[in-house]
Amino acid sequence: MGIQDQVEDRALVDLSLIDPIIEKYGKVKGSTITILQGVQETYGFLPSETLTYIAKKTGMKEAKLYGVATFYTQFRMKPVGKNLIMLCQGTACHVNGASAIEKAIVEELGICEGETTSDGVFTFTNVACLGCCSLAPVMMINGETYAKLTPEKTVGVLRELRAEAQSEMEVS
Amino acid sequence: MKVLVGAGSCGFAAGAHKLMDELDAIQDLKIDYEITGCIGMCHLEPIMEVHEGGEVFRFVKVMPEDVRPILDDFRNYENNRISVEDADSLVKQPRVVLKNCGVINPEDIEDYINIGGYEAIRNCYESSSPEAVINEIKTSGLRGRGGAGFPTWFKWDAARKSPGPKKYVVCNADEGDPGAFMDRSVLEGDPHTLIEGMMICGFAIDSDEGVVYVRAEYPLAIRRLEKAIKDARAKNILGKDIFGIKGRNFDLRIKAGAGAFVCGEETALIASLEGERGMPRLKPPFPAQKGFWQLPTNINNVETFANVPWIIRNGGAAFAKFGIESSKGTKVFALTGKVKKGGLVEVPMGMSLREVIYDIGGGIVGDRPFKAVQLGGPSGGCVPAQLIDTSVDYESITRTGAIVGSGGMVVMDDTTCMVDMARFFLDFTCKESCGKCTYCRMGTKRMLEILERITNGQGKDGDIELLEELSYKVKDGSLCGLGQTAPNPVLTTIKYFRNEYEDHIYNKTCTAKQCAALIRYEVVADKCIGCTVCAKACPVSCIKGELRKVHEIDQDACIKCGQCFQKCKFDAIRVY
Repeated sequence: MGIQDQVEDRALVDLSLIDPIIEKYGKVKGSTITILQGVQETYGFLPSETLTYIAKKTGMKEAKLYGVATFYTQFRMKPVGKNLIMLCQGTACHVNGASAIEKAIVEELGICEGETTSDGVFTFTNVACLGCCSLAPVMMINGETYAKLTPEKTVGVLRELRAEAQSEMEVS
Repeated sequence: MKVLVGAGSCGFAAGAHKLMDELDAIQDLKIDYEITGCIGMCHLEPIMEVHEGGEVFRFVKVMPEDVRPILDDFRNYENNRISVEDADSLVKQPRVVLKNCGVINPEDIEDYINIGGYEAIRNCYESSSPEAVINEIKTSGLRGRGGAGFPTWFKWDAARKSPGPKKYVVCNADEGDPGAFMDRSVLEGDPHTLIEGMMICGFAIDSDEGVVYVRAEYPLAIRRLEKAIKDARAKNILGKDIFGIKGRNFDLRIKAGAGAFVCGEETALIASLEGERGMPRLKPPFPAQKGFWQLPTNINNVETFANVPWIIRNGGAAFAKFGIESSKGTKVFALTGKVKKGGLVEVPMGMSLREVIYDIGGGIVGDRPFKAVQLGGPSGGCVPAQLIDTSVDYESITRTGAIVGSGGMVVMDDTTCMVDMARFFLDFTCKESCGKCTYCRMGTKRMLEILERITNGQGKDGDIELLEELSYKVKDGSLCGLGQTAPNPVLTTIKYFRNEYEDHIYNKTCTAKQCAALIRYEVVADKCIGCTVCAKACPVSCIKGELRKVHEIDQDACIKCGQCFQKCKFDAIRVY
């Protein structure tokens, strides 16, 4: 049994989920990024075994896949929490106090930038400009933009989301 | 009656979806409302317009509860009506790029066609030649709006003359400059103009395929552009035998970028399109000779393409009437930072910074003193207050050490520390360096370390000179624009604000009171009434004092978070 087959056996995720993506783009040249974006959409991150799997299926070098995956900020090699907080660190946000917002998030959640809370409710990451400069400082959580933030307002939003997540957990 | 809701990213962030929910809920009035893009006045969002009998009634900062009273009596309802001053500032802007943003429904191709959309490309197909089109662009004097300001006609001509079995038109919509969002606004508010601009370029260089490389951070822009492409295909405006004219083929697709600032550089963008790490390569050969898949490729950014249909429709000479000799046309700026009326403004080249910031932007928040304006993002520089009468054109701005760049204009007041600004930009470019060139990879890192040291109060004699030396070496030793321009924010702040660097290094003070390591919070004894609010707010409990007695801050324990300063209602905490 080859190493790649072993990896497939030990895979923690259902690799067949990405077969359609590989089927569609595997033979289209220049589609590395598109495939990885599809994988991330499927699992929320890039499980390392998927890179091995794609390499095996398409004949691409695993090292190349890893190189591309680690070059772009969009790709994550670790799972993220239910709510992905993207705090804008653009110029306008910086000038209008994004660092105070970052401090508030870090204090409220007890995690550093790039980390996920132990209950898996939040992941906090800094991002380059979100393009909402006139409403600075801003953050985006799961696609929704929160504008003109103050530390108090930020903490309020986080507490609301946490309460939501907890009540959902109780229901399920 | 027609109702329009401003539904760009900024509008949504300010609560446009709540307005739309409310409009949906008001069933009895049978409101027929439509969405539109960003009109540029982001500080007034959410914006709602009522169109009735040729008149437009514009309401700003509209909350859901305002919707009903406005609709009931839009002629006389005054509460949310746009001020005369704000309405005037719109009139001051001749609009070429943004003419449809905030006017038409970006999701309805008919809206675009009704105002003469796709006529320019039809005319090209029916009665023009590639040479004539390129000549028109040459007459217009249009220069690339993405940053470098290279004459557009020259690139098109090079791509046209370059032989190849197939050619590509690529749109750079990877708007990476922090502080610039005009491309997003065009994509969200007027995607068909971009499509038409790319089609005209395709006609001029003889290409039948276009690719739009869009930032993944712009989900709404991608969605609207996808819909626009689909609608155009359905009407035979994209695809084969366009308008039924045999042999006129052009199609477009979207490629979502994955987040890398360096991909704004043409050759890095091409590498990324090909699925590689987005790293630039040596030029020549230029993309016009060997671009996407080694074939002739023309790359322009969104704003550049968005100018093209207007130029073809109205003539290059009409476009050249805007602006000054060396810089023609209008330029869109993203006016943000400490300015009262932030948003997108489109001004003729040659207007002064003062007019942009004070007449259109309304001046500085809280009427504080204006200190500097940062132009051109991480590749640009800071223009100081004494140069506020500088004309906004490529040459004049470059002479100050900054660049027009993509059009980010971040206004700063006396509370912005210029050393911290330089550190902020270096932090950005250092993280975004692709790592190919040693000076860019390591040089920016070393410069960042020095700037961090200075802002932490550990700057030492010789640091400024070392920063300057490294700056020139990074500029010389880098292959692409990222490294060549990365030191600009440092060089311009040293040039105009050397005293601030010296204050940080020698006097260990930060005049803007921003660098935590160099400031100190103290209680003003004769103002403190002993309300205990500050002591309760202090996260490290370092403020001592009893009720109704003057409090005191333990300087050794203080972490300089500024909570006490923000909470005190009696001006009794001062920053030194």
